[in-house]
Amino acid sequence: MAIVFEKPKSLTSKELHYCPGCPHGIIHRLVAEAIDKLGIEGRTIGVAPVGCAVMAYDYFSCDMVEAAHGRAPAVATGIKRALPGNIVFTYQGDGDLASIGMAETVHAATRNENITIIFVNNAIYGMTGGQMAPTSLPGQVTQTSPYGRDVKVAGYPIKVCEMLSALDAPYYIERVAANNVKNVLKAKKAIEKAFRNQIEGKGFSLIEVVSACPTNWGMTPQKALEWVDNNMIPYYPLGVFKDKDQEAKA
Amino acid sequence: MPEKVLMKGNEAIAEAALRAGCRHYFGYPITPQTELTAYMAKKLPKMEGGVFLQAESEISAINMVYGVAGTGKRVMTSSSSPGISLKQEGISYIAGADLPAVIVNVQRGGPGLGGIQPSQSDYFQATKGGGHGDYHLIVLTPSSVQEMADLTSLAFDLADKYRCPAMLLADGTMGQMMEPVALPEEKESGIEKPWAVTGTQMKREHNIINSLYLSPEVLEKTNFERFERYAEIEKNEVRYESYMMDDADYALVAFGIAARVAKNAITAMRKEGLKVGLIRPITIWPFPKKAIREAADKVKGFVSVELSMGQMIEDVKLAEECLRPVVLCNRAGGMIPSVDQIIKVTKELAEGGKN
Repeated sequence: MAIVFEKPKSLTSKELHYCPGCPHGIIHRLVAEAIDKLGIEGRTIGVAPVGCAVMAYDYFSCDMVEAAHGRAPAVATGIKRALPGNIVFTYQGDGDLASIGMAETVHAATRNENITIIFVNNAIYGMTGGQMAPTSLPGQVTQTSPYGRDVKVAGYPIKVCEMLSALDAPYYIERVAANNVKNVLKAKKAIEKAFRNQIEGKGFSLIEVVSACPTNWGMTPQKALEWVDNNMIPYYPLGVFKDKDQEAKA
Repeated sequence: MPEKVLMKGNEAIAEAALRAGCRHYFGYPITPQTELTAYMAKKLPKMEGGVFLQAESEISAINMVYGVAGTGKRVMTSSSSPGISLKQEGISYIAGADLPAVIVNVQRGGPGLGGIQPSQSDYFQATKGGGHGDYHLIVLTPSSVQEMADLTSLAFDLADKYRCPAMLLADGTMGQMMEPVALPEEKESGIEKPWAVTGTQMKREHNIINSLYLSPEVLEKTNFERFERYAEIEKNEVRYESYMMDDADYALVAFGIAARVAKNAITAMRKEGLKVGLIRPITIWPFPKKAIREAADKVKGFVSVELSMGQMIEDVKLAEECLRPVVLCNRAGGMIPSVDQIIKVTKELAEGGKN
């Protein structure tokens, strides 16, 4: 009988610790599928964040490094500079990448560091139990914005793709979502392209994946995915923000 | 004997690192160590596999070091006191993941932004942990430009041997002064690093560089194992210089620039008939406890000479086990104790002892 669906080779057999309905499992799978398809597992080194994906080092079967909170792009820079023939990716959440690690993110981008960043934006700190993130929406209720994010006090959410695409250097920046089949298929293509860019030596690629956090949003998985459509995507529009392949053609 | 060249201390560190096979350097400008960064910026891009990067912050620089150290390659960063404070998070992670790396601190006066003149006031930070958690660095303290080079070279070897970050703790005077130096031989690590992340090549299980252990039983075990290695370091790697201690009635204890002033004070005091010697720790972690304890059986007292408000003096007191009086001779904030000050403090100790 033909096998039509199986675990990607570059995922280990370790059981994921993520909550029921959390899209991290899907996004891990998309990364692993890209690594498998490009045949790069043996030379790939991943960098895990601090946040929900902190234990990603147990789930990817390539070599892995666990970075301090927000520092993954600096750690990845060190690895890539030392081993330019290897493929280096980071997998980071919104608190990690867009709050404490903003300097590392911006400077890796402006150096056009030849790495791949998978940025999962679910608008909340999940691992610590649901606090306000740099990407929490205006009015969003969290443990540390119990009356809703008041932009007069807490400021506005950071739109990472819009911000980074204002820089001259980065090669490829795209925002995708992991909330329905159509979007997941688009995300898969974008992640693959981000890795291919690195193989071809093109430089910095960042894929923002708009995601959901049913547990800390206090919703069923189904409702959370709908909330992505109705609230997240209108604020964080999907699409390609920078692609030097296209700029070259234009 | 290799030919001697005239070099600034900061540049001697840089050249010695290159000769130790270090091809990766990440820095951020700060006085008084910037010559080291500039030397690396000039040399590394011209060397095969050489990587120089001016990071966006000291925090990023130390995390780039963490990344390279994970690949098993020799790597270094340098800074001065305020910048070293910023690196402490990363140093804790490097220690927690058992990675070898060399960190240079060319100290300046503090706390806060402090000043830019020489100091030894990061002694506690360097020897007692610095960042969070139970860990030590191997801490080497040069007292000449020659030792800036030699101890840098040694730091790479010790870091690799014990999978433990090593710190070269110098001060602004050492960094800025010029002296003749015989540069160390070219070498490479020569130590196998099967734990490094280099890509599995589909030939082995994946390696993980990590300091997270959610199970307290497992985390405790990693701490115990690390401290077994520290015990080995304490057993094998204590280094100090014993100067005119054979007949000494009083012992000065000093390192770095303070030790050089102390030697001049000893010459002057011996001319007057006061028998004074010097114990100069070269490693301050591990601290030469045994040398101090043995001296306590012979001398009548100790003077800890420091460019701080008195930090090493605590280790001297612990080591001599309350057998003799220990007094402090110090300047702080970028000032250096003078020969006259050391003589005065030592004489006061000697006269007090007669009463």
